[in-house]
Amino acid sequence: MNRRRGAIATVCMAVLALLWLFPLLWAVLSSFRDYAYTQAHGYLSFGGWTFDNYQRVWRDADLGKYFLNSLIITVPAVLLTLFLSSLAAFVLARFSYRFNLAMLGIFLAANLLPPQALLVPVFRIYREVPLPMAMSDTGQLLGSYWGLIAINVAFQIGFCTFVLSNYMKTLPFEIYEQAQIDGASVWRQYWQLTMPLVKPALAALATLQTTWVYNEFFWATVLLGGQGDKFPITSALNNLRGQFFTDYNLLSAGSVLIALPVVLVFFVLQRQFVAGLTLGSTKG
Amino acid sequence: MTSTDPDLVPPARAGRRPSRRLPWRDRAVVIAMVAVPSFFVLSLVWFPAVLSVILSFGSWNGIGDVDTIQWIGTQNYQDIATIYPPFWPAVKHNLIWLGFLFLGPTLLGMFLAVVLDRNMRFSRFYQTAFYLPVVLSLALTGFIWQLMYSRDQGLINQVLGTDIDWYGDPSVNLWAALVATAWRHTGYIMLIYLAGLKGVDASLREAAAVDGASETKTFFQVVFPVMRPINMIVVVIVVIESIRAFDLVWVINRGTNGLELIGALVAQNVVGEASRYGFGSALAVIMMVISSVFITLYLRVVFRQERER
Repeated sequence: MNRRRGAIATVCMAVLALLWLFPLLWAVLSSFRDYAYTQAHGYLSFGGWTFDNYQRVWRDADLGKYFLNSLIITVPAVLLTLFLSSLAAFVLARFSYRFNLAMLGIFLAANLLPPQALLVPVFRIYREVPLPMAMSDTGQLLGSYWGLIAINVAFQIGFCTFVLSNYMKTLPFEIYEQAQIDGASVWRQYWQLTMPLVKPALAALATLQTTWVYNEFFWATVLLGGQGDKFPITSALNNLRGQFFTDYNLLSAGSVLIALPVVLVFFVLQRQFVAGLTLGSTKG
Repeated sequence: MTSTDPDLVPPARAGRRPSRRLPWRDRAVVIAMVAVPSFFVLSLVWFPAVLSVILSFGSWNGIGDVDTIQWIGTQNYQDIATIYPPFWPAVKHNLIWLGFLFLGPTLLGMFLAVVLDRNMRFSRFYQTAFYLPVVLSLALTGFIWQLMYSRDQGLINQVLGTDIDWYGDPSVNLWAALVATAWRHTGYIMLIYLAGLKGVDASLREAAAVDGASETKTFFQVVFPVMRPINMIVVVIVVIESIRAFDLVWVINRGTNGLELIGALVAQNVVGEASRYGFGSALAVIMMVISSVFITLYLRVVFRQERER
């Protein structure tokens, strides 16, 4: 009885898992096929294998530029998010001020607000704030990397602060008492004592945040608007679709290339990724 | 993506003692540590949120100065409800989105977690397959599914011999988008439940088995109650994701022609030619009010857990 159930479960799981992998595998498969061949024979044929799509999409769509944009946005955004939330988290975990709970609430709720709800004011404020030409070729916060990085940071601080402060609260409080006796300043208690101890949490969050910021679409699309020259890769593909991609094999190649960094992160740092999502939920 | 996990809160917290008065330099450091992150959150999230509410009572094309705003009371809200054609379809679509996410991927994700939690063979492979889509962006999800859905080159039409424009035809495109969303959402829910199930005390389950309880019974009477706080969080996540839904319909057709969603309507009113700031803000406030109910719920669950420790 039990064994039969197990067998049924295995079959169901295997079928479902393959079903889940299929769209991705199909994209990979299509990306290696010649457009003229699939046009003539349909996609259910076999043959017309080529590597050209990758070369073409990279060159024609200028993907290198957009990957660089993603890098310019993602790296500072993730580092700044982690740094700022570790500061807030340290205060929340180290001291018991009366404002702690309120602050955590305000931070966490900010993370959950629909970004669209803030679009009008953010858009308008960004147009109002001037930046020197050296920092932004639009002369304002709108259309600059700075503005996009800032909004990403503002939205993600809440979640990271929450996770980090919970992690920091598991550290034995005695280490701070000892540090206090030794005359260590608050900054040293944060930087030299706490930060090295929360490295696992930082690594997990860094992985998670990197994928999220890389995948972020809404703010990049509306705040970097215009010609889309500054778009990170996730938003760029949407723009390019109209210009280049009536050829679906080319679109597949583009999609595979864009998925590649996060899929690599996923396989290499899977443990961190999952830990980031579920940090602290397993007790002990 | 909303990022929230049930009880991210780790075990017993060490006894906190009221801090002694800090020297002035330390106090300055603490103030800065709180002030800088708070500045980002307040100035870029809460301040705009308040402004959205204020702007929703005005009419403004956003080009002129602030004093060109005409204050028109609740006119925007009245117009939205009465003479703005895409609004009610959008509400309906958001509700369908919500219902579908619950009945489809959320239940499936929960089911997968329960099955995979039991250390079956190849469990890791299955888990990987289900949550691989979670790392992809929703925009990319849209493209990958386009290879299935396209009228001329899509796989589905080729296999079925049909001629349906799955993303374009307003009678089916919402469901096409929902299937694509489900593909990504299932793994996310599975992950949350898997983490939660690891917290279920194995001895409880064994005790139930010794008592001769059937597996179904064990699940509903032992495992399910333990998952209650997670269920709560998952409900909130699903609701908030449904309200925020945007990326996928925006890449398909900018949220028109059968794919109207409130989030997309806000963007349509602000970006592009039709800059109706007051009107867009009113739509935004509607989103905000609905989500704030669930955010409050979420915070209550989280803080209750916090206090219990």
